[in-house]
Amino acid sequence: MVLDDPGVRSPQGRTDAPWRHDAKREDLQHIGKPIRKVDARSKVSGLTRFADDLSLPRMLHMKLLRSTVAHAEIVRIDTAKAAALPGVKGILTGRDMPIPFGILPVSQDEHALCPDRVRFVGDPVVAIAATEEEIAWNACRLVEVEYRELRTIGGVHEAAANPEPRLHDYGVRGNIHRLENLEFGDLADGFARAAHTREDTFFFEGNTHLPMEQHATLAHFDKDGKLTVWSSTQTPHYLHKALARVLHPLPAHHIRVVACPNGGGFGGKSDPFNHEIAAAKMSMLTGRPVKIALTREEVFFCHRGRHPVLMRSRIGVTKTGRITALDFHSFLDGGAYGSYGTASTFYTGALQTVTYAVENYHFRGARFFTNKAPCGPKRGHGTPQPRFALEVQLDKIACDLGLDPAQMRLDNLAPRDSLTANFLRIGSMGLGTCIEKVVAGSGWKQRRGKLGRQPNGKYRGLGLACSSYLSGAGLPIYWNGMPHSGVQLKLDRSGLVTAFCGSTDIGQGSDSVLGWIIGEVLGIDPLGIKVVTSDTDLTPVDLGSYSSRVTVMTGNAAMQAAERARDIVAAGVAAKLSVPAGRLVFADGRVFDSEEPQKGMTWQEAVCAAEARHGTIGTVGSYSPPPAAAKFRGGGVGPSPSYSYSAAVVEVEVDIETGVYTVPKVWMAHDIGRALNAAVAMGQIEGSVYMGLGEAMMEEMAYRDRVHKGNRIFVHKIPSLLEYKSPVTFDMPEVVTYVVEDPDKNGPFGAKEVGQGPLLPMMPAVANAIFDAVGVRVDEIPVSFEKVHAALLAKQAGKEARFGPDNGPEGIPAVDFGDSLKIKTPWQGGDGTAWNEPKREKKAAK
Amino acid sequence: MTEPGKVLATFSVNGEPHEVAFAPHKTLLEVLREELNLTGTKHGCELGECGACTVQIGGTPVLSCLVLAVDAVGKEIRTVEGLANGPELSPLQHAFADLGAAQCGYCTPGVLMAADALLRDNQRPTRDEIKECLAGNLCRCTGYIKIFEAVELAAARCRGEQAEPRRESIHGS
Amino acid sequence: MLRLPTFTYHRPKTAEQAVALACEHGREAMFVAGGTDLYPNMKRRQQTPTQVISLQDIPGLDQVEVHPQGGVRIGALAKLSQLEHHPHLKQHHPAFAHAVREISTPLLRNMGTIGGNLLLDTRCTYYDQTHEWRESIDFCMKKDGAICWVAPGSPRCWAVQSSDTVPVVCAMECDVELVGKDGPRRLRATDLYRDDGIQYLTKKPEELLTRLFLPPPVGWKASYLKLRRRDTFDFPILGVGVCLWFDAAGVVTKANVRLGGAGSYAIPAVETEKLLVGQKLTDEVIAAAGAAAMKPARTMDNTDQDVYWRRKVAPVYVARAIAACR
Repeated sequence: MVLDDPGVRSPQGRTDAPWRHDAKREDLQHIGKPIRKVDARSKVSGLTRFADDLSLPRMLHMKLLRSTVAHAEIVRIDTAKAAALPGVKGILTGRDMPIPFGILPVSQDEHALCPDRVRFVGDPVVAIAATEEEIAWNACRLVEVEYRELRTIGGVHEAAANPEPRLHDYGVRGNIHRLENLEFGDLADGFARAAHTREDTFFFEGNTHLPMEQHATLAHFDKDGKLTVWSSTQTPHYLHKALARVLHPLPAHHIRVVACPNGGGFGGKSDPFNHEIAAAKMSMLTGRPVKIALTREEVFFCHRGRHPVLMRSRIGVTKTGRITALDFHSFLDGGAYGSYGTASTFYTGALQTVTYAVENYHFRGARFFTNKAPCGPKRGHGTPQPRFALEVQLDKIACDLGLDPAQMRLDNLAPRDSLTANFLRIGSMGLGTCIEKVVAGSGWKQRRGKLGRQPNGKYRGLGLACSSYLSGAGLPIYWNGMPHSGVQLKLDRSGLVTAFCGSTDIGQGSDSVLGWIIGEVLGIDPLGIKVVTSDTDLTPVDLGSYSSRVTVMTGNAAMQAAERARDIVAAGVAAKLSVPAGRLVFADGRVFDSEEPQKGMTWQEAVCAAEARHGTIGTVGSYSPPPAAAKFRGGGVGPSPSYSYSAAVVEVEVDIETGVYTVPKVWMAHDIGRALNAAVAMGQIEGSVYMGLGEAMMEEMAYRDRVHKGNRIFVHKIPSLLEYKSPVTFDMPEVVTYVVEDPDKNGPFGAKEVGQGPLLPMMPAVANAIFDAVGVRVDEIPVSFEKVHAALLAKQAGKEARFGPDNGPEGIPAVDFGDSLKIKTPWQGGDGTAWNEPKREKKAAK
Repeated sequence: MTEPGKVLATFSVNGEPHEVAFAPHKTLLEVLREELNLTGTKHGCELGECGACTVQIGGTPVLSCLVLAVDAVGKEIRTVEGLANGPELSPLQHAFADLGAAQCGYCTPGVLMAADALLRDNQRPTRDEIKECLAGNLCRCTGYIKIFEAVELAAARCRGEQAEPRRESIHGS
Repeated sequence: MLRLPTFTYHRPKTAEQAVALACEHGREAMFVAGGTDLYPNMKRRQQTPTQVISLQDIPGLDQVEVHPQGGVRIGALAKLSQLEHHPHLKQHHPAFAHAVREISTPLLRNMGTIGGNLLLDTRCTYYDQTHEWRESIDFCMKKDGAICWVAPGSPRCWAVQSSDTVPVVCAMECDVELVGKDGPRRLRATDLYRDDGIQYLTKKPEELLTRLFLPPPVGWKASYLKLRRRDTFDFPILGVGVCLWFDAAGVVTKANVRLGGAGSYAIPAVETEKLLVGQKLTDEVIAAAGAAAMKPARTMDNTDQDVYWRRKVAPVYVARAIAACR
């Protein structure tokens, strides 16, 4: 079902509360309409206050002195000269904040300032606050730090080959942070029944979020002993947790975190960061407000972006292309710290099964510590890399078997309302519709393989790829029984409805989601609702703006709070009008009798009637996802209330003399469940196309690797907006978007996620389109011009028409994954538990 | 000659004079944000590589991170705070709000200042002319499409047309 | 926020005053016109003059004057956007106007000047970095260090000539005017440049570039073709400037082919030039001339994109730039 024009709403409204996921569009007053975002006017007026726009009287400015070496012990820090500089008011080193922190409970491996060891160029060592930012910068230049350099670990092969020196004294062994080995079903049988198998090796280079806003934090420890931290963070709740941990014994309830509107996040502001904690500590030290605003280079050092992942995939299919077995290895270059890496590792193996039915599946994943800026979650968290591998490999399979890649995918679709081999519960599933939309729109059947040479001498081709993404992680970061999202509503005699929620607007429109849902349930103007968000003093916890969780989780919590408010108001109005509450309609800012629509009152009168009867009106709503079907160890990553689906066709035009190519047009279909706001959903899809295009064509976290005076220099090659290439206006193709709505019963009004999913098919679709155009494979992201050119030269020379990582035994690191955890698939009668319990290596002491 | 000490000067920003003291090495970006508290003008690199700090000087869009404040004295400076006409948003701002062309909103002030200058000179800009006009502004949220459409919508409204967003740009194809 | 270091700021009213100030302060002084090159470099502490001499108040240097014979005299302070949209230049000197349009972004072209672009500092991905970043590599010989990271055994700096206008201005045999202590002098633009990443200009530090002279567009055709990742923002990683003189029969009588973005100055592709002279521009002649450009395209690993790929595609770009003169 594809979104049509907003229909005309029946004047009678409806009375069958609560709203269902499959409510008829014509019954909805606000949902699905292109209403302006609640903050639209301030954003176009320059009035939105980002963290660096804040200032307080007597505010100090802080700078961090960061490591200039990739891996070393700190021998000595001398801050005497810096302290003597006029204007310097405070200096902190690692000794002042000895308690480690980290986003995941299993990897509390970071310090606000490195106490004894630096692990990448950019690791912070000293913090200096001064009356002017320039003074703090100059003071940093006066600090002397003596390092004793250690061997640098530069990537997964090096990390596997060099267990010493260990970057951390925890993890599996050596520099292996995580090893996962999960086997679902009977691989041997699956491959035995395959008519065709192939094994391919892929590499996905790391890339970063590059939010336009550089991270900034303002901290104020006031004279009442209370700390307030305003920050550009996507996760105020987790920042609050980290502050409470490191600033012990400051009580957690004396700490207030306010997440400012984020000037772009994309996952890059989801970790608690050292500069945030150091600013708080500095304010406690100096008794003055302290601000730190990072430079662009420092944003690259914060990173937490896409992991570089080396992958080997062996796949078996029947002669019609049905997947009988998939054996997938991923090797993640994690960088210097844990961050979300444990989850990232699982995500490289989790979602392959929710698009296509995979009968038997073996996933092995390894994450390594290396001396790079730490990797973490970027839009699509851990899933774009394996998605690239799978979708390109399927394209090759279709080519091998002479099948249409689109039809082969349609034949392989995972069924709706089913369990996958790895026990993920699929609800609504609109991928088939998505594929049909982009196939029809692009003229796939007539044009694929036939575009060839154009009048301008260039070659055109079409590529198709699909994907899926979760609508929020089914399990919280800290496993507990508490809700993932909470909303409080306050109804005022003025008619004002105020919604309080811990969720954070990072540009995706989460503040507006609250307004639209509450406005729909209460029948009032969404733009009249006051939204107070992301303030740990005022708002109930929402876990944060990550994993595409906010629309579903905050949305459901808002819905519950609004329905409870509606019940209270309905009772008040029912008593006053002597009408059964069940007959009341909430619409157009009125509450009225569905049988006698003229009998009713304004919303404000209704609230007053209810308050007179009920007392002060406040309601709460909360949301926890349904329990996961997976019970095995490691089954906590992947479950979600629902999965979105996307399909893309990309058209490329290749200059075969140089390998330079352009992307003139993209067709993108996304199954969003239901679009809560048409225009905003379109913006998320187009933004995903853009960011995926950047990853496909140009973005990469490249490193300089040199030797100097016997020491290895290992530093980010291009930490600037000029040299880290991101697409510009000219690069953006024409995009034909199809919003596919397959409402999911777990979503508010049936909604699923939209912010991340449509990014995923872009990278494989570009690679597949290059193949269609010029017959060469680039099995590596980014598909940069020189790689296309190299593959073209190889083809001309009669070699394999491919550019990519070594497909031989040396191509992947030799890692002993140990015995697999064996789980019977649902169709083998499995119950989600493992039937063996392989010995786990004893963990090194923390 | 201006020594490193502070200078006192009067700026004309959005049609109003502002007297302010600042050091001669301060850029217009720093003075707008830190002395005049006009924080609508953003910064993403301070090196001329992103366009977030775009303002108009004498009607021409320039990068405030690379203009010395002293060199802007005596010229008419216009920032995003000066786009609206009193309480009424400009047609360009309205179009950005209608289409969701501001997602996180961080690049938006710079984009608006560049696009506003285009619309003043060109009532009917083509898509290619809009792309060229905004070729110095990076946006990471929108994929630029809603921005292009908003400039086109604003242009149509400025021409007096009763223009609304196209159906497919709101609801898809 | 990256901020400028402190300095004393001068705004002289005449070229002579500017030169006198530069003489007075010697190595401490630098001229600034648009500021789009100098100020980022100062923020990154690559260039740290304590005396900054702005040229903006010098009258008359922002003029574009067309000579009756078709030559054009351009003041060094003319803004790039002014030249890019100049009707006469677009019609009669399209290669030059195109090269100007290829510079950076529209916003930067509203600020940057032609003089600034002609004197653009050489660039290198080891050099165009913040002070902190350069500290992590122990700096380089162009600023604060001893080594050239591009060629560690080399006694010289290999920073890259990165102006878009220089290759085409050199190919077109334009002149420039400098004003020094002894008054103005006029020289071939080509003679302004040296093959060194640090001392990339032949002019004395206190000499002021005041004018650029484009020759009358008679008997020759020029072109400029730029290789870069994105069609805006990016500096050239190869910029081919071509100027060919033809006789009435369409035979090339003289050829200048200059490669920007491939070395510390706009390198003449001498073999390519030789292969063109005396020939008509047939496909075969162009292909052979392009192929001969591989050798002088001494790409180094200090710009965007793969060094070998840039070299391999140089012949294609040179051939296309030549073909554009047909």
